[in-house]
Amino acid sequence: MTLDYKTATEKYEPTLGLEVHVELNTNSKMFCSCATEFGASPNTQTCPVCLGLPGALPVVNGKAIESTILIGLALNCSIAPYSRFARKNYFYPDMPKNFQTSQYDEPICVDGYLDVEIETDDGPKIFRVDIERVHMEEDTGKSLHVGGSTGRIHGAEYSLLDYNRAGIPLVEIVTRIIPGTGKYAPQVARAYVTQLRDILRSLGVSDVKMEQGSLRCDANVSLAPIGSGLLGTRSETKNVNSLRSVERALTGEIERQANRLEAGMRIIQETRHFQEESGLTRSGRSKEQAEDYRYFPEPDLVPVTPDAKWIEELRAKLPENPADRRKRLQKEWNVPDSEMNSLINAELVDVVEETIKLGAEPTRARTWWLGEISRLANEKEVAPISLITTTFVAEIIALITSGDLTDKLARQVVEGVINGEGSPKDVIEKRGLKVVSDDSALMVAIEAAIAAQPDTAERIRGGNIPAAGALIGAVMKATGGQADAAKVRELLLKHLGQG
Amino acid sequence: MAAISRDDVAHLAKLARIEMTPAELDHMATELEQILGAVKRVQEVATSDIAPTSHPLSMSNIFRDDVVKPSLTNEEALSGAPAQAEDRFKVPQILGDE
Amino acid sequence: MRNIHSTAAEMAIALAAKEISSVELTQQHLDRIASVDDKIHAFLHIDNDGALQQAAAVDAKRASGESLSPLAGVPIAVKDILAQKGVPTTAGSKILEGWRPPYDSTVVAKLKAAGVVILGKTNMDEFAMGSSTENSAYGTTQNPWDLTRTPGGSSGGSAAAVAAFEAPLAIGTDTGGSIRQPAALTGIVGVKPTYGGVSRYGVVAYSSSLDQVGPFARTVLDTALLHEAIAGHDERDSTSINAPVPQVVAAAKRLDVKGMKIGVIKELSGSGFQAGVSARINESIELLVAAGAEIIEVSCPNFEYALAAYYLIAPSEASSNLARFDSMRYGLRVGDDGSRGAEEVMSATREAGFGKEVKRRIILGTYALSSGYYDAYYGSAQKVRTLVKQDFDKAFAKADVLISPVTPTTAFKIGEKSNDPVAMYLSDIATIPVNMAGIGGMSLPVGLADEDGLPVGLQIMAPVMQDDRFYRVGGTLEAALLSKWGKPILSNAPDLAGQK
Repeated sequence: MTLDYKTATEKYEPTLGLEVHVELNTNSKMFCSCATEFGASPNTQTCPVCLGLPGALPVVNGKAIESTILIGLALNCSIAPYSRFARKNYFYPDMPKNFQTSQYDEPICVDGYLDVEIETDDGPKIFRVDIERVHMEEDTGKSLHVGGSTGRIHGAEYSLLDYNRAGIPLVEIVTRIIPGTGKYAPQVARAYVTQLRDILRSLGVSDVKMEQGSLRCDANVSLAPIGSGLLGTRSETKNVNSLRSVERALTGEIERQANRLEAGMRIIQETRHFQEESGLTRSGRSKEQAEDYRYFPEPDLVPVTPDAKWIEELRAKLPENPADRRKRLQKEWNVPDSEMNSLINAELVDVVEETIKLGAEPTRARTWWLGEISRLANEKEVAPISLITTTFVAEIIALITSGDLTDKLARQVVEGVINGEGSPKDVIEKRGLKVVSDDSALMVAIEAAIAAQPDTAERIRGGNIPAAGALIGAVMKATGGQADAAKVRELLLKHLGQG
Repeated sequence: MAAISRDDVAHLAKLARIEMTPAELDHMATELEQILGAVKRVQEVATSDIAPTSHPLSMSNIFRDDVVKPSLTNEEALSGAPAQAEDRFKVPQILGDE
Repeated sequence: MRNIHSTAAEMAIALAAKEISSVELTQQHLDRIASVDDKIHAFLHIDNDGALQQAAAVDAKRASGESLSPLAGVPIAVKDILAQKGVPTTAGSKILEGWRPPYDSTVVAKLKAAGVVILGKTNMDEFAMGSSTENSAYGTTQNPWDLTRTPGGSSGGSAAAVAAFEAPLAIGTDTGGSIRQPAALTGIVGVKPTYGGVSRYGVVAYSSSLDQVGPFARTVLDTALLHEAIAGHDERDSTSINAPVPQVVAAAKRLDVKGMKIGVIKELSGSGFQAGVSARINESIELLVAAGAEIIEVSCPNFEYALAAYYLIAPSEASSNLARFDSMRYGLRVGDDGSRGAEEVMSATREAGFGKEVKRRIILGTYALSSGYYDAYYGSAQKVRTLVKQDFDKAFAKADVLISPVTPTTAFKIGEKSNDPVAMYLSDIATIPVNMAGIGGMSLPVGLADEDGLPVGLQIMAPVMQDDRFYRVGGTLEAALLSKWGKPILSNAPDLAGQK
């Protein structure tokens, strides 16, 4: 490579375009009543409709329409008073009807935008990403290529098809071209997908798991010499399975294109596949000869004509924009950017907010989720919220605040709850983890400690307060850590005439 | 309207995934041209002020509730499959990229 | 009740009175099929065991005093385009040979629920593309009136089965005339209901915006009884009308057309129609006048473009509907020798599995939808559809029903038009506008043409969801004709069993 990313973007101006596919989390499929459960055994969630059997007919899932309208509203789109499904005709074995029921020139949501904030050399900057359309379609089945080189299509001896995924509702969100991002193009793309993901999650319309494919991003990019005012030939990168990959794939693709242009080669309009290991893209299907999809209005379905009342009812359901909400919470919690970012990255904002709503003291709520619980979650490679409920965490924190648990005891309670020993109360009871706060019980332990270390006791009596540590430690040890150290200290010093 | 050539039909046959012999392509080109000659009459009256009708009914917003109903069993789903393996439809190797 | 020559209504009465059991009645029809179907070839699949089991179940229910549907125990023949669970369903195509659907179409499910006994599946033009059954991959059906002639199509098997007394009732589908035209050519009654009146769920799709399932029978009343049994809203078909079914049985029994305005479509009469056809139509008009109807002439100037528009719309939708037959999930697979990829196997299978007419229409439809030609062809055809609808709207503003001949000629010879697609297409000229507008229409036998002694059909059309109107007119005219002839029209047909 002759040009690195920095020099590439000093010479060339990237223009972005992003297509995001989102699998909706409806109970049933887009056009039939089959379940949408992820990971079911092959071909057990299929019926005549989603298998494309002769004679079967589609019926639209009303919830999917609502979800799509919600997405459109959250992305500041206009909701079309009249929209239709169309058939996109092309043959592929994972598509049972050999046409995809999609939307073409009459999509349900149009003309929206999303403002995304990124960190630039000159501080935070907002880019407005214009959204051309949000439309509905259906997912395809999954193919497994057997024989030949592993998993790759080329060299496979045969393929195996599972249509459980076929017909799951998909929403496609298409941006207009995004000019003027300069060298920040990959960050803008990542920030856009991140923010979109957060919005979709806040709407509750999708699981938005990129690694499971419920959120997929196709990134288009083209380059033109800076200041030329031209628009270059674009490539479309698929198979981008994480937020980080969005950024990496675009960085790599911008470098690749810049180097081709430098070498006097033209850019081929094609689909490219991102490879996670190398961070590079691999050439896929050429789109030089545009497919002729022969779109026409789907005759088996009738138009979708949402009236203003319905749209306003849905608009009233919109939750607070996640970005705005974060700013508000950060202010309420009065935490620095670094901590807020840690919460965001760990996907703990909602969890912490809920824990606080359940009465937990805010600082402790953040500390426990980000600290101990996240540590345990990392060990088990799962999400923190899958280990313990917000209700239990709030209960535990309440016990710490009231002095019934020490931090050390609380850690044991958390561990017990995670191990399936029951509720915090159950764990406390079974493991006998109550703080020893009974003064007389503590005094027995203190007197025993003094008896064991009379010299130390004498030094304390003589005014050497720091020496108390050794006796406190002995008491804590004797009580199995169940005493409140501050309380022990208070009683000890008082007993030795230093209180 | 330009005459329909064998290449035109070959392109259509490829789009429609029908493997045709050269003789069949030639024959189809002749027939297609003859039929198009008859049906292009529609253009005589299809003026720009007429709205298209794609469907005889003027219905809209037909939706179903988002409720799961029983699917076919794996056995039923695969009952018509020309070949199957591992509970899946077995098909010839899928060449070319998606 | 006499026997298989009775009407379905008579059979139903005899069954209800326990004069005959459904098993006996079903067996009589199976015997008839065994004795004449080698000549007619109406059936692609005869479900002897299934039919007798179904009949026995109905008899058992009746014996236990359960209340049954009006047609319970009466046999029926079903066009092989409707999915029936576990029973071969080919749509007349090689590509679906051996396919047994894992589900019932809504109409089949309704028939089963009503206790109507399904004798088997009938022959048809492949994927309902044709007007003669000559496009069936499984051989042509012969017209019971003259075995050298076609019974029409595409539902030719169903029509021939009813005309040959192999079944008192049959189900067909009508995309451009595929019920009405064979009904006319075989001298029976056939109805294409209003689009959306009968569920399409489970009906192998040819042209989704035009296809409609409908009944065949030998009398207007029988047709109405079957119509009511299969019609009604279906939540599995998004284009199904959610409204009460028109009262067609009551209308068929009304026998009165006093004060009704009947419009004769100027463009569908006179030149272009066989003289014997026109003569019978004119006689019918006189009978209707005598019965108190008022006859007016209406003009539908855009009908002359309907045929051209149909042969763009139907192939376009078909090119997409038939894409699913690719050998991956069901049906025929050709050329899978381990060396060829999926795409090649798809193409080889579709080449081998589809007949000539199907390929012709797929290629035509692919062309009409392709970029650069869409507006000129598919787009223009949709505009013609608007014009045809407007013609009907104007005509129905003046008349309660419209009438015309069903076909330009009586039954044509097998092979006569099979090498001239455009000539074949012309036989649907009078029936196609009805499908384009989504309205309903009936074909009623109104006599025999003088020149060839073959049946002539009158088409009666009514506005959307006013199907009862053509039953009312049809029933009245049928009664007038019967009293004029003194015997049913089918008594003029040759005695097939005797020819054995």
